[in-house]
Amino acid sequence: MKTKGKVTGIVANLVIVEVDGPVAQNEICYIDLAGTKLMAEVIKIIGKLAYVQVFESTRGLRVGNSVEFEEHMLEVTLGPGLLSKNYDGLQHDLAKMDGIFLKRGDYTEALDYNKEWEFTPIAEPGQMVLAGDWLGEVPENWLNHKIMVPFKFEGKYKVKSVVAKGIYKVSDTIAVLTDANGEDINVTMVQKWPVKRAITAYREKPRPFKIMETGVRSIDTFNPIAEGGTGFIPGPFGCGKTVLQHAISKQAEADMIIFAACGERANEVVEMFVEFPHLDDPRTGRKLMERTTIICNTSNMPVASREASVYTAMTIGEYYRSMGLKVLLLADSTSRWAQALREMSNRLEELPGPDAFPMDLSAVIANFYSRAGFVFLNNGSTGSVTFIGTVSPAGGNLKEPVTESTKKAARCFYALSQQRADSKRYPAIDPMDSYSKYLEYPEIQEYLNKNISENWVDLVMLSKNYVQKGREAYEQINILGDDGVPIDYHDRYWKAEVIDFIILQQDAFDSIDSNCPIPRQKFMLNTVLDICKMSFHFENFEECSTFYKRIINNLKQMNYSVFESDEFKKYNIELSSILNERKAE
Amino acid sequence: METKAFQRVYTKLLGITKATVALRAEGVSNEELALVGGRLAQVVKIQGDMVTLQVFSGTEGIPTNAEVIFYGEPPKLKVGDDLAGRFFDAYGNPLFGGAAIEGEPREIGGPSVNPLRRQQPSELIATGIAGIDLNNTLVTGQKIPFFADPDQPFNQVMAMVALRAKADKIILGGMGLSNDDFLFFKNVFENAGALDRIVCFVNTTEQPPVERLLVPDMALTAAEYFAVEKNEKVLVLLTDMTLYADALSIVSNRMDQIPSKDSMPGSLYSDLAKIYEKAVQFPSGGSITIIAVTTLSGGDITHAIPDNTGYITEGQLFLRKDSDTNKVIVDPFRSLSRLKQLVIGKKTREDHPQVMNASVRLYADAANAKTKLENGFDLTDYDERTLKFAHDYSKSLLAIDVNMDTDTMLNTAWELFARYFSQTEVSIKNELIQKYWPKA
Repeated sequence: MKTKGKVTGIVANLVIVEVDGPVAQNEICYIDLAGTKLMAEVIKIIGKLAYVQVFESTRGLRVGNSVEFEEHMLEVTLGPGLLSKNYDGLQHDLAKMDGIFLKRGDYTEALDYNKEWEFTPIAEPGQMVLAGDWLGEVPENWLNHKIMVPFKFEGKYKVKSVVAKGIYKVSDTIAVLTDANGEDINVTMVQKWPVKRAITAYREKPRPFKIMETGVRSIDTFNPIAEGGTGFIPGPFGCGKTVLQHAISKQAEADMIIFAACGERANEVVEMFVEFPHLDDPRTGRKLMERTTIICNTSNMPVASREASVYTAMTIGEYYRSMGLKVLLLADSTSRWAQALREMSNRLEELPGPDAFPMDLSAVIANFYSRAGFVFLNNGSTGSVTFIGTVSPAGGNLKEPVTESTKKAARCFYALSQQRADSKRYPAIDPMDSYSKYLEYPEIQEYLNKNISENWVDLVMLSKNYVQKGREAYEQINILGDDGVPIDYHDRYWKAEVIDFIILQQDAFDSIDSNCPIPRQKFMLNTVLDICKMSFHFENFEECSTFYKRIINNLKQMNYSVFESDEFKKYNIELSSILNERKAE
Repeated sequence: METKAFQRVYTKLLGITKATVALRAEGVSNEELALVGGRLAQVVKIQGDMVTLQVFSGTEGIPTNAEVIFYGEPPKLKVGDDLAGRFFDAYGNPLFGGAAIEGEPREIGGPSVNPLRRQQPSELIATGIAGIDLNNTLVTGQKIPFFADPDQPFNQVMAMVALRAKADKIILGGMGLSNDDFLFFKNVFENAGALDRIVCFVNTTEQPPVERLLVPDMALTAAEYFAVEKNEKVLVLLTDMTLYADALSIVSNRMDQIPSKDSMPGSLYSDLAKIYEKAVQFPSGGSITIIAVTTLSGGDITHAIPDNTGYITEGQLFLRKDSDTNKVIVDPFRSLSRLKQLVIGKKTREDHPQVMNASVRLYADAANAKTKLENGFDLTDYDERTLKFAHDYSKSLLAIDVNMDTDTMLNTAWELFARYFSQTEVSIKNELIQKYWPKA
């Protein structure tokens, strides 16, 4: 018997329900509004009163409306067919909804139950299996989608039978497992999992030891992110957060991308809807959309499902990780999620923490980031969820609760600077304020030195040092004037400018410059550092700036040319001749 | 709205604050309208049989035995072609007399568009102002505010943009508009002979502040009618959103909500997003573009209102008085149109993106040179040239009184480049330099 209840109070999307039986914290319920079912989640219980947050507008709701509780928490449906889908925050398929406007209670299925899949068995009868072990696989776009022992299964099971290779629908039984008590359980291609719980069906979660290539120089070269790592991008509005995230999602070396548009602009999601089906995935030669799932709760969609959207995205990510895939999860922006928590906390009349955010904000964020990671599965394969979130700090002030809490949880910090954005130096990632903790990991250092070049980490540190020195020189020049400092200061400043213009800045809208693979990054960094190491002869500081501007212009043309093309080589030769003009012995 | 037969009338108010009243009532639905002592009110909270109503025009003089009549439905606007050319108050009642609107009543603040059914905006809005068209190109379906101090001529610029934008309908939502400004808009539209394309919903400073909360929803409900049903290009002007947010904070304060930053309600982001996200390009060709005004206090954009707005809107336009040329310009550093990438270099000439970036970069160099000058340092030859460039750039392109097409703007920029700089200093893709650098 499902527990039932009646509405007794309404404050915006917080509804108070008097219940006639047991209810659980975070249990899902449906409120009946003249035949339309509105989904809601229990967030507080006092005596017979359950406080539920409604994932829809509560307009027209009245005292006495009936409520039915579902005996489970908010769950996502996992199975073949998640790729290329566009979901709302609660995993309802947006494509299946009728009409231009969203209708309340229009809950569509996440998967296509009529679609047929070509199943190939992996497990053998008699084999002992654990939750997350692979029973078989079906081709989904270009991935091999593994059908696994449902994550909810506890303990060991014996495979009684697996169906033969053939065509099946997702709800067909594809295997029968026997539990410890000898009971048979039918397994289909579909399973459900509560989004707030991490999927831990893996053997080991080591420290990340590889980097994930993004094609963005100021990330890969300066502050690389690890595969299975976490990072976040805080920045005031207008600093290029979104452009940067889109660039990463297009170029990152991942098998699958999940993009959680959390409380952001609808037109930005539309851009992905429009572009991704046309963009080529350089790794597979197919379209980007084929490896992408978009979870979208734009800023005008119901606030309560904003929180759910990031969890839905993470759970889908963990599901694909369990198949041995590299998943990249992007969430834009986690601040909106925190704000959704704040709105609810406020309506619950909880005592507020800093800036009226709930007291446990920091713990909630840390817990979420900890779900990312690189894992060894039970069968020895590896998989990963790399997570990059954006933060939209109020007033661009990085000392606000969401940024500070995230800083404690994430390992890479890509600070976008207003000053860089104002002078159109994009991406506006501040080279000095940003950091990647992974550069300090011995495992990562070893990986970089082995896979890029022997002394790569030293080169990166050296270039950071040049940027730092250039910045100091710039401050001196500003205080003392162009004439008030030795020419050497100008030289230092301009060397940092070369690194800034050629390595840090990157034109995200240029078809060539936008994506810079590692070999090219290596070549450009070496070229630029060679210039930084040279000494030149100048009569006065104006000669110095004119000279370096020519170098920058020349190197920029190289960035705009196809790597190692004739044009590229031509500019490289020109570069040598410019350098020779003033090279000091 | 007229009263109907068999409505229950309550006459016992249990609590009255400056903006709300509370009473015991049954069968009341959330967000429905009511009349409290003849004034319009809306249900904002229900707890058991205790109902809290927000009275739009304030509660001055309301007695505890005031008559309360519930309508049983949320606020609605009657929509139809008759709306065109008319002026309304915040409740959708016609101003300046005239017949009531005949049409289908529609709930205001209705549902949002399924993001998957949106079309990507791709149609450029030409305003003739280079500070906008060249550096911050607008696109139909965009939402963008002017961030301006109260002394700046934002209403004038907005009216100018609206009239040049070739929209099928212009819908003005005036919140806390001074009567003078309201008459200004009315005159401008009348003089331009555009009155048949205009619909106005106005709450002036003479009227109660809480009424303002209805204005954007009224304006956007009318906009949706024309954009969805008539496939028209609708431009919605909202001025001033800061006063709207202030009204939100008044209500949340009266309801004992814990304020977040700058005494604004914690839900400010969602409240503003609900309005701005109505900007949309429909697949059928209709569109809603929102140009709003957010007044700043002393240019402070870190205040909660402009800050939250900036995160929602697709860019912002800053006006600034340029002391150098003594003209009001569109500030190239702080202004931004996020959707410009969808049209520049595609719907406009190929050199547009690079010319735009190069000129802003050179203008930034000029700003540095100016700082140097102010600190008493000698200027280099390059500095001198950037300053001259900045002066001309500001006068012939950034000033809001220019009116030309985009190609002319681009040609003007190239001329300025060639006048003051060498080709390497401008640092633009070589093939574009070859093609567009003015021949001596």
